[in-house]
Amino acid sequence: MSAATETGTGTAAPAAAPAVRDAGTTVRRPRPRVGKILLGVLGVALSLVWVFPVYWMLLSAVTPAARLKATTPSFLPTHFTLANFGSVLSGSGFGGALRMSLMITGVTIVFVLAFAFLAALAISRWRFRGRTSFVLAVLFIQMLPAEGLFIAQYKMLSTVGESTPVLGLNSVLGISILYTAMLVPFTIWMLRGFVAGIPAELEEAAMVDGLSRTKAFLRITFPLLAPGLVASGVYAFLQAWNEFTTALVILPAEDRQTLPIWLRSFLSASANRGIDWGEVMAASTLIAVPVIVFFLFVQGRMTSGLVSGAVKG
Amino acid sequence: MTTATPASAIAIRRRRQPATPYLLLIPAVLVLLVGLGYPVYWQVVTSLQQFGMMQQFGAPPTFAGLDNYARIFSDDRLWTVVGRSILFCLVNAFLTVAIGLGLALLMKAVHAAVRITMQVVLLLAWATPLVAAVTVFRWLFDYRSGVVNWLLVQIGLDQYQGYAWLAQPLTFFVVATLVIVWMSVPFVAMSLYAGLTQVSEEVLEAARLDGARPAQILRHILLPLVRPVLAIVLLLQIIWDLRVFAQIRLLQDAGAPISETNLLGNFIYELGIGSQDFSGAAAVSIFVLLLTVLLAAPYVRSLMKEDAA
Repeated sequence: MSAATETGTGTAAPAAAPAVRDAGTTVRRPRPRVGKILLGVLGVALSLVWVFPVYWMLLSAVTPAARLKATTPSFLPTHFTLANFGSVLSGSGFGGALRMSLMITGVTIVFVLAFAFLAALAISRWRFRGRTSFVLAVLFIQMLPAEGLFIAQYKMLSTVGESTPVLGLNSVLGISILYTAMLVPFTIWMLRGFVAGIPAELEEAAMVDGLSRTKAFLRITFPLLAPGLVASGVYAFLQAWNEFTTALVILPAEDRQTLPIWLRSFLSASANRGIDWGEVMAASTLIAVPVIVFFLFVQGRMTSGLVSGAVKG
Repeated sequence: MTTATPASAIAIRRRRQPATPYLLLIPAVLVLLVGLGYPVYWQVVTSLQQFGMMQQFGAPPTFAGLDNYARIFSDDRLWTVVGRSILFCLVNAFLTVAIGLGLALLMKAVHAAVRITMQVVLLLAWATPLVAAVTVFRWLFDYRSGVVNWLLVQIGLDQYQGYAWLAQPLTFFVVATLVIVWMSVPFVAMSLYAGLTQVSEEVLEAARLDGARPAQILRHILLPLVRPVLAIVLLLQIIWDLRVFAQIRLLQDAGAPISETNLLGNFIYELGIGSQDFSGAAAVSIFVLLLTVLLAAPYVRSLMKEDAA
């Protein structure tokens, strides 16, 4: 017996599986309602356990520091305050980190979409020599862990930076190129599905009707691809915005931190004065909320992209 | 979501000049060569070189053959970390998939309102950025005013008064596992639930009419039908949990014993960035990359099947 959340999550799976069997039994026998209600209660209970960390983050963010240090925590926002957000936003660092994150994410999205889109067009509209090897390479590359590459990337950028600082360590362009390389493979794969879903015949029909190839593409295919580009763009946004490992290594200067690295420094700085958890949770909330909003928007695409091969068998 | 039919593909190939697809690939290939290709090449070369203090000051590196590998792989510290990483990875991956499967089956069984609640909650956990999630768990498990210790004391476990979870390796990994499972289960549960919805109601109805018990339906119909998805999510989970770095690094900030809580990624970081042993770090990185490629092979094969479809 250790933590409460641990016993909660730990017993979730063993409890859920037998429960399904029990419910099924009752479905066949005369009392279908009772089993279903019990399962519903279990589902709601598990939802509460799962949502608790998010709730606790939001609640702590709007609770005064003194209240958070009290011996008995309060589980409802009884002492609502926005002071924590105020001190995070007026404190040093957040604005600079936000600007770094926005610039790096922006450059990365543009590069990733442009490069991946062209490559996706090539592999879904042409059968050419070397195509299979390229697809194979792309699929393997997307699995490579940042942890197996960051030492070399660090050395590469520090060497380049000696002569060209705009591409070196702590530069927006340098890390954006690394992010682009990491994200292009999966984005090619995702866009390939979208491009393949638009029949080439549509474009050809437009050309028969007198449009040039470029115009046919721009007027017919490109608008149909917009949802795919938006989904891929949001995916790239999420990855670049949340990235921690590479940013930790490539952006060592304190005034060049992105938001995730800044949050870590903010917590460490706060630890020297006995951690103000209200402020730290307000900072976490500021980072998490835009991501959660974008995520809800794109998640369907991501799930199907990752496992579609398996579903189709 | 199918590729162009073979007939139209052939027609396109005949009509357009074959140079176009290669031109379209140039930007992507270039950025991959610069961002990933060169670093991998550098790592292979560096791992075969002597790269010590002299080289830090500009002396040309000398070829050392497999000396770095011999040195690193005869180091007990590495094997301790490898063993710890594999154990941690397997425990997390299986726990995540088991809980994810349980939740997926539960979502299939409950009323729509409950199911939607569960889906929204899982999405929230999935969407929470890694750094924010780890920070929240540090707060939940804070030794002084953390809510977990408070709850444990409330149910009578007084030894948890002021208990420092992150100061001991074992409880450190318990917290790390909770964060990772909390973050990873949503993807598994959603994917498996999507797989389960593919099972047609008629098949289940027929099985019921034939007198199959729910346990039998689960064992002989549901599980075999979602087995391909199950295999893929387990494989992805193993690959992802092997590369855990950020969560460990962020939890270590709370004052954990670093050398006793390092996993592979952290070990490379300490070796390369910390003690400037680039050859050693490169050798371990190559090992991690090879391990990943080996593990990823079945996943890539399943995706290639889709590409050929």
